Parts: sequence; C-alpha cells; structure tokens
Amino acid sequence: MSIFIDESTRLVVQGITGRDGSFHTTQMMEYGTQVVAGVTPGKGGQTFEGPDGAQVPIFNAMDEAVAATGANTSVIYVPPAFAAGAIMEAADSGVGFIVAITEGIPVLDMARAHAFARDRGVRVLGPNCPGLISPGKAKVGILPGQIVTPGPVGLVSRSGTLTYEAVHHLTRAGLGQTTCVGIGGDPLIGTKFIDCLEAFGNDPDTRAIVMIGEIGGTDEQEAAAYVQEHIDVPVVGFIAGQTAPPGRRMGHAGAIISGSAGTAAEKMEAFEAHGIAVAKRPAEIAELVAAALEGASVS
Amino acid sequence: MNLHEYQAKEIFRDHGIPVPPGKVVTSPDEAASAAREFGGMVVVKAQVHSGGRGKAGGVKLAKTPDEARSHAEAILGMQISGFTVEKVLVTPAEDIATEAYVGVLVDRVSQAPMFMVSSEGGIDIEEVAHTNPDAIRKLAVDPRYGLLPHQAYWLANSLYDDAGQVKQAAKIMGQLYRSFVAAGASMAEINPLIVTDAGEVKAIDAKVSIDDNELFRKPDIAAYRDTSAEPVAETEARDAGLTFIKLDGNVGCCVNGAGLAMATMDLVKYYGGEPANFLDIGGSSNPEKVVNALRIITSDPAVKVILFNIFGGITRTDDVANGIVEATKQIDIQVPIVIRLTGTNEEEALEILQRAGFEAYTSMDDVVQKAVELATQG
Repeated sequence: MSIFIDESTRLVVQGITGRDGSFHTTQMMEYGTQVVAGVTPGKGGQTFEGPDGAQVPIFNAMDEAVAATGANTSVIYVPPAFAAGAIMEAADSGVGFIVAITEGIPVLDMARAHAFARDRGVRVLGPNCPGLISPGKAKVGILPGQIVTPGPVGLVSRSGTLTYEAVHHLTRAGLGQTTCVGIGGDPLIGTKFIDCLEAFGNDPDTRAIVMIGEIGGTDEQEAAAYVQEHIDVPVVGFIAGQTAPPGRRMGHAGAIISGSAGTAAEKMEAFEAHGIAVAKRPAEIAELVAAALEGASVS
Repeated sequence: MNLHEYQAKEIFRDHGIPVPPGKVVTSPDEAASAAREFGGMVVVKAQVHSGGRGKAGGVKLAKTPDEARSHAEAILGMQISGFTVEKVLVTPAEDIATEAYVGVLVDRVSQAPMFMVSSEGGIDIEEVAHTNPDAIRKLAVDPRYGLLPHQAYWLANSLYDDAGQVKQAAKIMGQLYRSFVAAGASMAEINPLIVTDAGEVKAIDAKVSIDDNELFRKPDIAAYRDTSAEPVAETEARDAGLTFIKLDGNVGCCVNGAGLAMATMDLVKYYGGEPANFLDIGGSSNPEKVVNALRIITSDPAVKVILFNIFGGITRTDDVANGIVEATKQIDIQVPIVIRLTGTNEEEALEILQRAGFEAYTSMDDVVQKAVELATQG
C-alpha cells in the first residue's frame, strides 16, 4: 500500500499552462499519474498535450474541472500572489487532497487558506513542498521518479533535495519505499509529521519510517512523542541545520531558530529520548533503516 | 526582514498607536539640535537590528543638548552584536509609572497570529515565558475575523486594573493587529508599553519583522530595507536571486536546495571543518547563477576551498556540469574547487568535469572530506 496517493488518484493541475506546471505535468504523466484535468483561468476549452499524444482538457475553474472529470486530488503550480486563492478554490471544489508546490506565499495568506481548508475537511500538503510519490503508482509534485523504487520504507521530510539524497541511499541499499512525502519548508504547513506518521502507522506495508526534519518550530519534537506512543515500526530520524546560526532564515521560510527555540540539538535530543534512531550523516539514514529492518525481522 | 525601531514606530504611528515623537540622526551635532528642539530630557537610542541595545550601552538618557551630543558621539560607530551603529533615534524621555509587554507573531502550532501580553514589561519576554509563564496571556486570532473587541479587552484586562488604562490598551491592541497585517509582519512587538505618571498608555519601543514573502506586493515596506545593516555579499546574493548567509568558516559551500545546503554545512563540521556560508543555488543549470554564486563566495578572503554539492533530481547533471565549467571560465578563481554531482546522467557529468580538470565525486561524504582536507592544508 501507500499513503495519500496511488493508482486511484485522479489529478487536476492548477496552473497547467505555466512553465513549471506544464513541465511537471508531462513528468507526472510519464511516471504514470492519471492527470485528468488542468485549470488556467481564461484558457478553458483548450487542451494540454501530454506525452505519447495524451490530451488533458483545460478548464477555467476548479468546480468545472471536478464536475467534468471526477478529479479527487489537485496540485498547485500558480505564482505566490494567487496561490492561497487557488488553494481555497480547490478546497471548495470537491477534491479531498491539495498539494501546494508554490514557494513564497505570504504567511498571513496561508493562515487564512489553512483555516478555510480545515473547515471543509480537505487535506493540504505544503505549501513550498516538492509533493509526494508512491513508487510505481503515482507522483504528484516535482520529486524525480527515477530515484525511488517500491518497498517497505515510508519517508517524510521538510526538504526537497535532502529527501532525494536520503531516498537515493535507500534505493541503492535495496530499501524501496511505500510513499515519500515532502511536507514543505514553510512555517505554516497543512500536513505535518504527525499526520504522515499516523497514515504510515495505518499502512501494513510500511515496515520502517524515515523522518527528515530541520531547524525551526516544534513539529519534530511533537512527532517524536507521537512515535513513542503510537508507532510500532522502527523510525529513523535526521535533522538538518546543526551549524545554522540563530535568527537567520536558512532558505526555507520555516527554517529559523527563534531565540533559543527550534535548534537541531533540541530536536535530535527529542528523537533520541523517544526511541528514534538518529542519523549523524545523510548516508547513515539508509544504514540505520537496514539495521532496524534486519533486527525487526529477526525478533 | 527586520525593521529599525524608528521604522516600526512610523508604521505604528500611521495606525494611531500613541508613540512619542522622534528624530533619526547620523551625527552628534544633529543629535544636539534634535534635543534642543524637543526641550527637556531626551533618550538617545542606537538603531541596529539587534536586541540588548540597552545592555550594550546603546541607549542613553541626556539632560541637555550637550549631553545628547556626547552620547550620540559614543553610540554612533559602536558595534552591537556585530552590527555597526549608523543612526541614532533622539526622542523625549517619558515618566514611566508601569511597563508592560505586548506582542503579536505568527504561531506555527495554532497557524494564526498569536498575541502575547504581560504586565511584566521592559524585559526579555522569552525569559518571562521561561521563569513565569503564568504572567503571560496568549490569544490566537482567527485571521478571517481579525482581533475582536472583546478579545482586545480580554488582553488589556490582564495588564491593568484602571478602566481608563484598559480602554486605551484595548484600542492599542486593535491598532497593533492592524499594523501587523498591513505591514505583512511576522512579528510586531511593543516592549515596553508604558503608563505615564499622568495615566497615558504609550508605546516607547517598537520591533517589527516583515515576512519576506510579502515584499513583492508591499513596495513601501520593501523600501525600508537597510542594506548597511547586512553583509555586502548578502545584498548581492539577494539581487542575484540566491539565498546566501555568511558564516565564519573557510569551506565555501554551493548547494542546490535549502535542506541539502544545511546538511552539507553540518557534514563539513562533522568531518572537522567549518562552513564559510549557506548558499542555495536552486535547481537550474544556468551558468550565470553559478558565476554569481562563485563571485559571492570568493569575495570572502577566508574561503580556502569551494565545495559544490548538487543533487540533480529533475535537472540533468550533465547540464549542471557544463554550467559549472562555463562559469569557471568567466571568473578567475584562486582556490581549489571540488564538486559532487549525482542524479540523471552522472557518468557523463563526471567526465565533463574531469576533462575540465576538476576533482569530481558522486558521494557527498567523499567530497566533503576532500574539501575539509584542502581547507585545513591551505
């Protein structure tokens, strides 16, 4: 199994005619994702040309796209000024899952958009995230398909390329993945570590979990406590930003040590205190997962 | 982006918050004439992006214009946590009966703007949160409704007993929330909010941080940026569309992606080196970006080696390799460059780099160890 997306995912791409939207739509279709619709206001009635002659209808608005195609998931590639609006439009359209790739959305816009989606019971992943991939089934977002392979490891991360690094080591060590989820680098994100842990915990095929965190906030600390109480499979953790200076935004809007809170040391201590194996180097993540799975199969 | 106190006060004033008048000056003589203009006792305050100005000697009371001049002379040019004081604010001194703390910031857990108020003002709120958390009243604002009047009163009631002061403070809470939203702030703070001997509630200090993601639609706020308050290299990087943060080490880092960039710095430290910077070059293979990155990294004379760590996800690594080779032809580099590239077409990428005379690797551990070795030798 996998979490959040699989073969039954019917995807609508918001911003399908933009540079990033069109490029990644092709990539997602090549991977095998069912892209059933695109939305770009003013371009309704046109068609997006996918790989191998595939045609994707474009609509002016989300409600029309969902009504016509039965889409159940949306991915957003629209620019920051309009992205929060696109999330709220999607939340009103009937899809149950929204993946917001856009980086640079004002945080107060997101406070409103998250509240709006929460009220409607719609899950938002991101924003400022690489999306997610269930190897061999579907990918939504910008994660590269060639580095993943199906298998027993669930991975959740706040980062993009650092996720690629960790997955690359897992795949090379013969450790495939159920789903890899990038939850995003913003301070306000819709799907947190705990939500992914809960979903992986309910997935019988996920036999180990990797959590890749970074400085800023307390989500990793809360997730660590959740792991100890609710997760039965081994969990391996990594935290980026041990050398980050306090008070500086390290690329991601959410990666900032405020005062003395949100340091890497604090998060690594929380991991260790709650029985999560902490990798000191990215390459060590796969080594610890292999050791944990070996130990688990012996016992 | 952090604002100076005088800029934050301008925003507060525009939204009706009672803030004493003030004049920003850059010379001792101007400080003296500002003091003369206000008459009576004034405060001379260093304008730098740092807390602890008072402790560092950057805030001084002056009874006369002459005293204001000599204080300004001492404060201008002073170093406060690495920042040089270029400007001072001269403002009339107030009689202070009580001091309170009022702040609003974006809270990650409630995913909303959160007010924090305390009758223990004038001191570090983090300290109060630690030693006496009951002395702080907190309220998450639903951003769709804003701060409601009864909520403003609920906050103000925890600060004062006097009905007149509660009413003034409640009004200020509303004005502070509107300032916060209008400026696109991630944090706005009045510390202290004072009551004068005459019973007036006033903001005598102001601190505001702006959410960088708001700047594209708020040109008047973006114009507040003070590039003299940041390293030149960081200004250049921002203009070139790169995220760069200068650190104290000697291993220059050039990485794609913020998480991988942090992990690379950490690995440099793990293998016994010190990173010279954080730099996220993004996902493109554009030689111009690489040229800008190299120019910025090498402007730091402490840099002994340049370390590239690129994970080509969607981007083809042979394109990235060509970009690096092209870029290094356009700029004269005196220090060794070591490169790690992995991802699509990595064999071709390594060949391109080795043909051009670079040390190239596919393993992150190998390249970081090599970079640290070169940095310690040099």
